[in-house]
Amino acid sequence: MTTAIDATGVRKTFGRTVALDGLDLTVREGEVHGFLGPNGAGKSTTIRVLLGLLRTDGGDVRVLGGDPWRDAVALHRRIAYVPGDVTLWRNLTGGEVIDLLGRLRGGLDPARRAALVERFELDPTKKGRAYSKGNRQKVALVAALASDADLLILDEPTSGLDPLMEAVFRRCVAEERDRGRTVLLSSHILSEVEALCDRVSIIRQGRTVEAGTLSELRHLTRTSVSAELAGPPDGLARLTGVHDLAVDGNHVRLQADSDRIGDVLRVLVESGVRSLTSSPPTLEELFLRHYRDEADDEAGAAR
Amino acid sequence: MNAYAGTATLTRLAFRRDRVMIASWVIGITAVVLGSAKSFASLYDTPAKRASLAQSTNDNASLRAFYGPVFGWDGTGALTAWRFTVVGAALAGLMAAFIVVRHTRDDEETGRHELVAAGAVGRRAPLTAALLTACGAGLALGLAAALGLAAAAQDGAGAWVFGLGLAAGAAVFGSVAAVTAQVVETGRSARGLAGAVLGAAFVLRAAGDAATDDASSPLVWASPLGWIENARPYAGDRWWVLLAPLGFAAVCAVVAYTLAARRDLGAGLVAGRPGPPVGSPALSGPFGLAWRLHRGALAAWAAGFVVVGGVYGGLADSVADLVKDNQAVTDVITRMGGQSRITDAWLASAVSFLGLLAAVYAVQCVLRLRGEETSGRAEPVLAGAVGRTRWAGSHLAFAALGPAVLLAVGGLAIGLAHGSRAPELAGAALAQLPAVWTVAAAAAALFGLAPRATGAAWALIAVCVALGMLGEAIQLPQAVMNLSPFTHLPKLPGAPVELLPYALLTAAAALLGAAALTGTRRRDLAG
Ligand SMILES: Nc1ncnc2c1ncn2[C@@H]1O[C@H](COP(=O)(O)OP(=O)(O)OP(=O)(O)O)[C@@H](O)[C@H]1O
Ligand SMILES: [Mg+2]
Repeated sequence: MTTAIDATGVRKTFGRTVALDGLDLTVREGEVHGFLGPNGAGKSTTIRVLLGLLRTDGGDVRVLGGDPWRDAVALHRRIAYVPGDVTLWRNLTGGEVIDLLGRLRGGLDPARRAALVERFELDPTKKGRAYSKGNRQKVALVAALASDADLLILDEPTSGLDPLMEAVFRRCVAEERDRGRTVLLSSHILSEVEALCDRVSIIRQGRTVEAGTLSELRHLTRTSVSAELAGPPDGLARLTGVHDLAVDGNHVRLQADSDRIGDVLRVLVESGVRSLTSSPPTLEELFLRHYRDEADDEAGAAR
Repeated sequence: MNAYAGTATLTRLAFRRDRVMIASWVIGITAVVLGSAKSFASLYDTPAKRASLAQSTNDNASLRAFYGPVFGWDGTGALTAWRFTVVGAALAGLMAAFIVVRHTRDDEETGRHELVAAGAVGRRAPLTAALLTACGAGLALGLAAALGLAAAAQDGAGAWVFGLGLAAGAAVFGSVAAVTAQVVETGRSARGLAGAVLGAAFVLRAAGDAATDDASSPLVWASPLGWIENARPYAGDRWWVLLAPLGFAAVCAVVAYTLAARRDLGAGLVAGRPGPPVGSPALSGPFGLAWRLHRGALAAWAAGFVVVGGVYGGLADSVADLVKDNQAVTDVITRMGGQSRITDAWLASAVSFLGLLAAVYAVQCVLRLRGEETSGRAEPVLAGAVGRTRWAGSHLAFAALGPAVLLAVGGLAIGLAHGSRAPELAGAALAQLPAVWTVAAAAAALFGLAPRATGAAWALIAVCVALGMLGEAIQLPQAVMNLSPFTHLPKLPGAPVELLPYALLTAAAALLGAAALTGTRRRDLAG
């Protein structure tokens, strides 16, 4: 067994809304997998399918070797989950909820629980209604991290945490990975994904548009080049793989597909290079490109 | 003035959000008043009958405690006002208290208040809007009831005092709720506290009326409901007495504003106490959780059943005295209770009433399940090693067994207050269970098979209540009466026990329950 989650061609519709439209997701055992996509892309829906809370309309899903719908109870002993929106029972304290959720999963480690409560600076004696959003999230995080689950499924777990707590969260996830746990982390915080994730999947409108390690993905992206030339450039516009070309006298700015950078340099050298800066693609740009394509698609569809 | 900026907008918004609720209260209470005016008109159609009713009520301390003394008996209007001035004002007060808490403490709890407070809205605007909405609803109720009663009694003057009395009840308990909403941190406790004040006002009045037969006891004058009683519609029309409750409401409103200015948003004067930092061993599965979530409500309901059972049981002997000379009334009670001995008939109608209340409790338990689902609290539970059946079962267990506890307690209370036959009456009350279960299982089936329509379970309750409370009195055809499972139960105590209806109803409940669980296992969970 080397895959913790293996989903292929998953479809899920809510009435007329197609939430998942042939989604693929592979998470290997022991990795931290980033799960990204714009609002409404279907991340939470996918996670709810993986937990057997929703039934699919098509496709295959295996989680830890089992069928998440049929084997839900058995699988859930090995899965810990932090929802994106944590709602607590108003008359239960945070400490009680942590213990309850842990016991529902088959128990949690009291020493780890105590350590995590300390690290997240959580007051476990407050009643559910008295917690802020971030503190509610901490309750769910402590319950999940203190358990002995093989697979952690975290749906935007840090959206309410302050930067200090966000750092604690990162250290905790790194420790979990070192202990051999598998983590599926849905997030909109790119620095968090970059810091934690071995591989990522990007989805859009219910479909997987990109999946791989971060360096593989970087490879697919564009390098920005800015150069001061001896004379006006020649032939750049004709090159495939050149985007957003801006020529201002002898000054050139452009984006080049990463596997075309050699061709671009050759053309630039022909005109004589005075100075050159090239910046490697950031994850930001990669995501923005995928996210923006959607906006473009929608604009196109609307027209 | 700046502090009130935005009040008009907020009031309009509140009326929009509450229009269905307010309309239901107004129509419901007016319909009950009109229905009873109608039956007073037909059952007490001669001055002699009315005088005898007044005489026997005023001579009987427990009847005076429950209904108040009869101040006047020269027509239908006077009798209806006797029966409903205090009860109607209390119901109007309940409506107003709900409205005020909903737009103050509830909104603070859910964060809606913050959204509003951040806009161009004065400090005092939300509370003012809530009070205006409650008073507006009270006036609407008073107007509808007054117009209806004036028409039914063919006598207008007293009807206006009656309507004003209802509106005064709304003003008093709406502003009491405005105070309680400042004092405690949750809407639930604010409603509970306001309800307790209302209950205390009712008990003071009842004690005073038990002591004197002309509502002159200081206890009566210590209760806002006693003031409203003393407005005496159709019997002197002392409308100026109503200035007292209005003044009281104004004082409460000032107190509420003062408290509101002194506390932080979201906080109460009584701070929430911290709880245990770890879960006790009992809190370890879905059933442990369900017990924590349901136990408070179950205890409160049980207390309510003791009170209701006690009142019915305590009145049992007086009722026989009261109606012994009026054949028409005896006929109605024996039709509802289904027997010839008037005391048994009264006890049987008490037992049926407890059955309906138990069904309300059971439906609430089922709706709790839906609430857990839609609020997202079910998700982390079901993401644990908990099957759907166990999760749903943990709440449905309360829908099934909670009514058994309540009915046993209520039946015993009837018996103890009546002074005899307690075990028999507990048994009679428990015999309501198959019908209660049928209603609860139907609600659960809605939850399992058509979750969005779970709220329609209230319609089931409404049908059962309407048929059970009014069906016999207005002599609906049997085919319509058969729609309610409660119609099929033998009227205990007194009637012969037949097993077949119990078996059939239990089987229906089991089938519906099985459908509910199957549906719950198969469907998507809302999130
Ligand atoms: N129960 C439901 N009924 C109807 N539509 C739904 C339901 N749940 C999700 N959807 C729709 O499915 C789509 C995917 O939603 P989902 O919550 O999975 O998005 P997401 O990727 O988690 O977004 P976000 O980043 O905002 O959390 C959305 O269009 C949403 O409106
Ligand atoms: Mg989401």
